[in-house]
Amino acid sequence: MKGTARPGEKEPREKRQGVARRVPQYLALAAYIVFLAFPLVWLLSTALKTPQEMALADPTWIPRDPTLSNFSDAFGEQDLVGAAGRSLVVALASAVITVLVALPASYAMARYRSLLNRIALGWVLVSQVFPFILIIIPLFMILRDLELVNTLPGLVAVHVTFTLPFALWMLQGYVRAVPPELEEAASVDGATRFRSIVSVVAPLLAPGVVATLLFSFISSWNEFLFALVVLQDPDVMTLPLTLVRFTGPEGVARLGPLAAASLMATIPSLIFFAIIQRRLKSGLMAGAVKG
Amino acid sequence: MRIKSALAAAAVLALAAACGSGGGGGQSSSSSSSAPGEAVKLNFLSLAWQKESVAANKQIVDDWNKANPGIQVTYVQGSWDNVNDQLVTQFAGGTAPDVIHNESPALSGFAADGYLLDLTGKLPAELKSDIPQPAWDTVTFDDGKGGNGVYGVPFLQESQVIIANKKLLDASGVRVPTPDNPWTWDEFSEAAKKMTAKRPIVTSSSGSGTETGQGYGVAWAMKSPVNKTLNLALNFGGTFFQTGADGKTTVKVGPEEREVLQRIHDQLYKDKSADPAALGQGTADPLPAFFQDKFAMLPAGVYLRQQVAEQAPKGFEWVTLPAPKGTTAEQGAVSQTLSIAQDSKHPDEAMKFIAYFLNGENQAKLAKGDWLLPTSQKAAADPSITGKENGWDVATASAKNLVVAPFLKVKGFDEWKSKVATPVLQEYYANKISIDDVAKRLVEDGNKVLERYQR
Repeated sequence: MKGTARPGEKEPREKRQGVARRVPQYLALAAYIVFLAFPLVWLLSTALKTPQEMALADPTWIPRDPTLSNFSDAFGEQDLVGAAGRSLVVALASAVITVLVALPASYAMARYRSLLNRIALGWVLVSQVFPFILIIIPLFMILRDLELVNTLPGLVAVHVTFTLPFALWMLQGYVRAVPPELEEAASVDGATRFRSIVSVVAPLLAPGVVATLLFSFISSWNEFLFALVVLQDPDVMTLPLTLVRFTGPEGVARLGPLAAASLMATIPSLIFFAIIQRRLKSGLMAGAVKG
Repeated sequence: MRIKSALAAAAVLALAAACGSGGGGGQSSSSSSSAPGEAVKLNFLSLAWQKESVAANKQIVDDWNKANPGIQVTYVQGSWDNVNDQLVTQFAGGTAPDVIHNESPALSGFAADGYLLDLTGKLPAELKSDIPQPAWDTVTFDDGKGGNGVYGVPFLQESQVIIANKKLLDASGVRVPTPDNPWTWDEFSEAAKKMTAKRPIVTSSSGSGTETGQGYGVAWAMKSPVNKTLNLALNFGGTFFQTGADGKTTVKVGPEEREVLQRIHDQLYKDKSADPAALGQGTADPLPAFFQDKFAMLPAGVYLRQQVAEQAPKGFEWVTLPAPKGTTAEQGAVSQTLSIAQDSKHPDEAMKFIAYFLNGENQAKLAKGDWLLPTSQKAAADPSITGKENGWDVATASAKNLVVAPFLKVKGFDEWKSKVATPVLQEYYANKISIDDVAKRLVEDGNKVLERYQR
């Protein structure tokens, strides 16, 4: 009888062992979540504190005397809603245009092997080496000549330009991961190349497209330096330019209104991420090419 | 399919919105020529950031716009941390704002590059006479043609004071300094020593919880040590720069320059009367420890009073003391300024606006909002900034000790400050190098930097 378990005995033991194994995993996961959530929770806590409470000897997570005055100051002094709206427009436009341009280009880069292609890939990498500050004046001159200074399309053009190289690299990796055999199979079934790209490759690239969209959106949403020099009128300024108005010289800042405004600034990107993250899953192609 | 449709719709909407909300419509931000009968439009880049100061700025601009329908000013808020990056690009592109708020050290480079208008012949007599000559000296620079020009109107200045915990100050029994009779540096050091002792340190927000710990007399927040050190060095005549007969400027670190450095270092490592924990902190960072009674005195710019007044816990009493004096009480001054862009199409209207914006009454409002010192003599007499509340009397009185900071006109100072002086002074105050090493590096490495700017 040794070594054999009666029916009904083995399962609970395995279950218990499984649970025992999972406890540390869950603990580690919980610690990681706390680690990730810490800045956001602290931001919320700071946004609800009075100036006196922020300078206390024994700071607490939960404000002792919560106040909404930081929110009223932040919203009363600055056009945060308008700035958030403009940031959303710029970030969405930049993300969508980046993906629309990067998708066919990355397909070509991944599928067509030629000297020109390798040079193009190298050039894309080299373009990432230049510090932004080095090219900001020539870029500004170009925008000025195109009458795009102080316009949101001008800022979108700059953001697309600077997000595109990395988006290309990202997407061409996803394209390479799609087995060419799938396109060959579609071709055997009579599909044209365009048809096989649209009907076979594109759906399999959904996670890559979503990842690239997210990357482009967040890059544009947070971008400060180009917005600073391109946008000059108060009625076109984006959110990062508005947030910095709560800071003074030598790192001194009005922490309460800054925390309140920053908290509000994270919400649209959180919502965007929540909507789109369901598509950000891998393994769609598991088992696509068996045998 | 739904997500595809949503993405497509988002793309169309975003593009349409992006293209439709250009705002500027391709126009530059700088003023454009106005047709006859049309109001002149000026852009005013302001760096005000404190709540009261922003409100005062907006109010003054609103008042101007109501009273002057022919010259309309748009208030544009910038930030101190990035203003020079912003201006470099906009000057090069010819789209800089008409009226620019900045500080005097930044003007010399822009003036030399021809980006700022020389205001010499444009200043109204009343404005000119209301601001004393030492303040004008902070905005007078080489015009690049062998002469000097005035490249801004100075309006707010910062002096160094000591913000002190009244309870600990009174308990120490030391003489309380006044603007007419400030401490000498020796007295300051003695006072700091007397206030250094083991004492109850507040550990709870109610103030009732305490535990005995090491208390210090003073805290030097030296994350950005250069301006503070150089401005105070003038107490002993330390200028750090000298100009030879050949017109070349070099760095000097002699006995006068070493004096304040050595005294601060002594407080940290010899007297042990300075809290070492504050050393790497920024200006406002030591405040929680100040409110806990961990140290008694915080040397800082006058504007820090705003943070103290706002953040001090109930019942915490604080006072403003004048900075100590050496052979003199002189401190180096820089000014906040308003300048006019060389490319402005309406310099005369911009000058009229500046003259209104910086009249005595308005300067008093701006100074109160920023907790700084006005350059206007009329403003300095305003009761709202001369009373005892929040140390305004001591702060305003310290203005008489301000002289133009010697480094203000040194070409290459910014690079010397960031690449040479900041790391060297940080290492010295952290006790990693000797004062002789400081002198050697400031001079040798510093002169290499300055040399490049004087070829």
